Amino acid sequence: MASRPRTLYEKIWDAHVVERRDADDPGGTCLVYIDRHLVHEVTSPQAFEALRASGRTVRRPDLTLAVPDHNLPTTARRTATGARIAIHDPESAAQLGALEANAPAFGIRYIGDADAEQGIVHVVGPEQGFSLPGATIVCGDSHTASHGGLGALAFGIGTSEVEHVLATQTLLLTPSKTMEVRVTGALGPGVTAKDLILHIIGAIGTAGGTGHVIEYRGAVFEAMSVEGRLTVCNMSIEGGARAGLIAADDTTFAYLEGRPYAPKGADWDRAVAWWRSLATDPGARFDKSIVIDAAAVEPTVTWGTSPEDVVAIGGVVPAPESFADPSKQDAARKSLAYMGLTPGERLDAVEVQNVFIGSCTNSRIEDLRAAAEVLRGRHKAPGVKWAIVVPGSGLVKRQAEAEGLDKVFTDAGLEWREPGCSACLGMNPDKVPPGERCASTSNRNFVGRQGPGSRTHLVSPAMAAAAAVTGRLTDVRELGPASA
Amino acid sequence: MQRFRHLAGSAIPLGRANVDTDVIIPARWLKTISREGLGRGAFETIRAAPGNVFDDPAYAGAPILIAGDNFGCGSSREHAAWALLDLGIRCVIAPSFSDIFAGNAFKNGILAVALPQAAIDRLLDVARTDPIDVDLEAQTVTTRFQDRFTFEIDAFRKQCLLEGLDEVGLTLARDAAITTYEHRAAQDLPWLAAPFGVAA
Repeated sequence: MASRPRTLYEKIWDAHVVERRDADDPGGTCLVYIDRHLVHEVTSPQAFEALRASGRTVRRPDLTLAVPDHNLPTTARRTATGARIAIHDPESAAQLGALEANAPAFGIRYIGDADAEQGIVHVVGPEQGFSLPGATIVCGDSHTASHGGLGALAFGIGTSEVEHVLATQTLLLTPSKTMEVRVTGALGPGVTAKDLILHIIGAIGTAGGTGHVIEYRGAVFEAMSVEGRLTVCNMSIEGGARAGLIAADDTTFAYLEGRPYAPKGADWDRAVAWWRSLATDPGARFDKSIVIDAAAVEPTVTWGTSPEDVVAIGGVVPAPESFADPSKQDAARKSLAYMGLTPGERLDAVEVQNVFIGSCTNSRIEDLRAAAEVLRGRHKAPGVKWAIVVPGSGLVKRQAEAEGLDKVFTDAGLEWREPGCSACLGMNPDKVPPGERCASTSNRNFVGRQGPGSRTHLVSPAMAAAAAVTGRLTDVRELGPASA
Repeated sequence: MQRFRHLAGSAIPLGRANVDTDVIIPARWLKTISREGLGRGAFETIRAAPGNVFDDPAYAGAPILIAGDNFGCGSSREHAAWALLDLGIRCVIAPSFSDIFAGNAFKNGILAVALPQAAIDRLLDVARTDPIDVDLEAQTVTTRFQDRFTFEIDAFRKQCLLEGLDEVGLTLARDAAITTYEHRAAQDLPWLAAPFGVAA
């Protein structure tokens, strides 16, 4: 094809265009092929219903994988004798029931709520090798951006698009603009992928990536684990970008090789060769480019009700007047009133009553190891009423238990739960009570996100663990090494 | 989808920026398996306040909503578009929209019109007393005070909205092109064609 240098995004896009709907407009709508479709219980019932109503079928059930996650309680799924425990909430049970019925009815592979491989859809996809570099991956969930950490073009879609993909295995899309987020230098000790992405969102704003696909570039990402890359790409949507990408490399290949649905044998070798060829060409142009200095990134927390409301843990709650834009000033006033915070207040003096370690952002094994490292030999503060650790999948849970991490958490007074979306959003029994604060490793601090009236402070797993120990937002670097 | 050609009516002057999908429809309302009835939960936290614009009789039944920058940011929940429809809203005018929300709105026959902040400020003023006119064919938003703002829209989306086309039906008609693509991909990228080990 063209000899013009192309970005990673452009190469994946070009490889998936079935046809242009408007031959005259290069930026116009294209029919784009979708390689992988992940389905969960919340955004799919209406899509299946529409297929039924119009007598349509699923074109490629063999490219589709369904798993429930949002509604599931994170308490035991089976009794001691192995019998399945039903969900009490009738609406949640109905949504789960709909997926359980729809998946087999349309020939779709289904991982059930009490199966060992069940988990949050964005944790399950990569760990099963279902999500692959260079693939187009969609799911009716905005955090589908996560899978970009493998070098896949992955993005969230609405239910009408879920229906469109089920029926046709394609989507009608217009090409996105490209945005480079180049991070120079190296992260300091105690500074994680989560801190970096919060810092980036603070720098670009929640609309900074709108209309764009972000490619994260620089030595920091090359040195980062796949788990960290998934965390970074996961929150691309909080920066307004529908998708985020990190080029696949040897780290990615080592992560994927041998996973159940990853290619095998000669296919594997061909796949790796293709994946390598997708890296952004030297001289390729991005529509927008920003540079972030990694050395300037501190352990980061949010103070407001938008993911862009970030500050270093050593900082203070900003004054609304400090924002130039009057609408930002107004938003900051509303945020501070909701959060019960005063300008000038030190973040590391803010007391928390709840700690949530989990979500598609931070529930992989590395996240749990980081939290456990802080909690080993320590105990949660008396002021922390509720602290839960929710592994991202059954496989993560099993791995953590094999490493004894569950024991570290329970010895520290934290609860060890079953996999699911949990307290990231108020759709299951895990909620933060009104007016109380939560140090949370999730991705959104919106008003009411963790339950009506809940006050969320987004942090990394290590920082959430540190908050559990002291009962306030805490710089994990000041906690010192754990005792035993 | 529902056809959209021309709309004239009162507009709710919400104005605020970064209205996220949890504000449009909180997660607890997402436990439905239907598209109907979500208006009850729409803008719940805003409507908890007395004197809010959504419950102001002056804007009862308004088919247009005017908002600030980055409308619909956050989740991919199409419930946000269904909730707006259930309130009777067929057009949202704002300086910018989240990409996913804009797509969801379009699929439900809701026109998302992006205009510069200055135009939004003017329309917020007008909306307090007078109706607003949105013409998709002409790509204009006008008022009885001779305001005339033009907006951009993708040609394919415009045609779908004007004619109320069923996108899934349109794409199913392109079956031959999709099959051709699949045959080529099965040759070039065979590992993508059969994740569970059985070629289709």
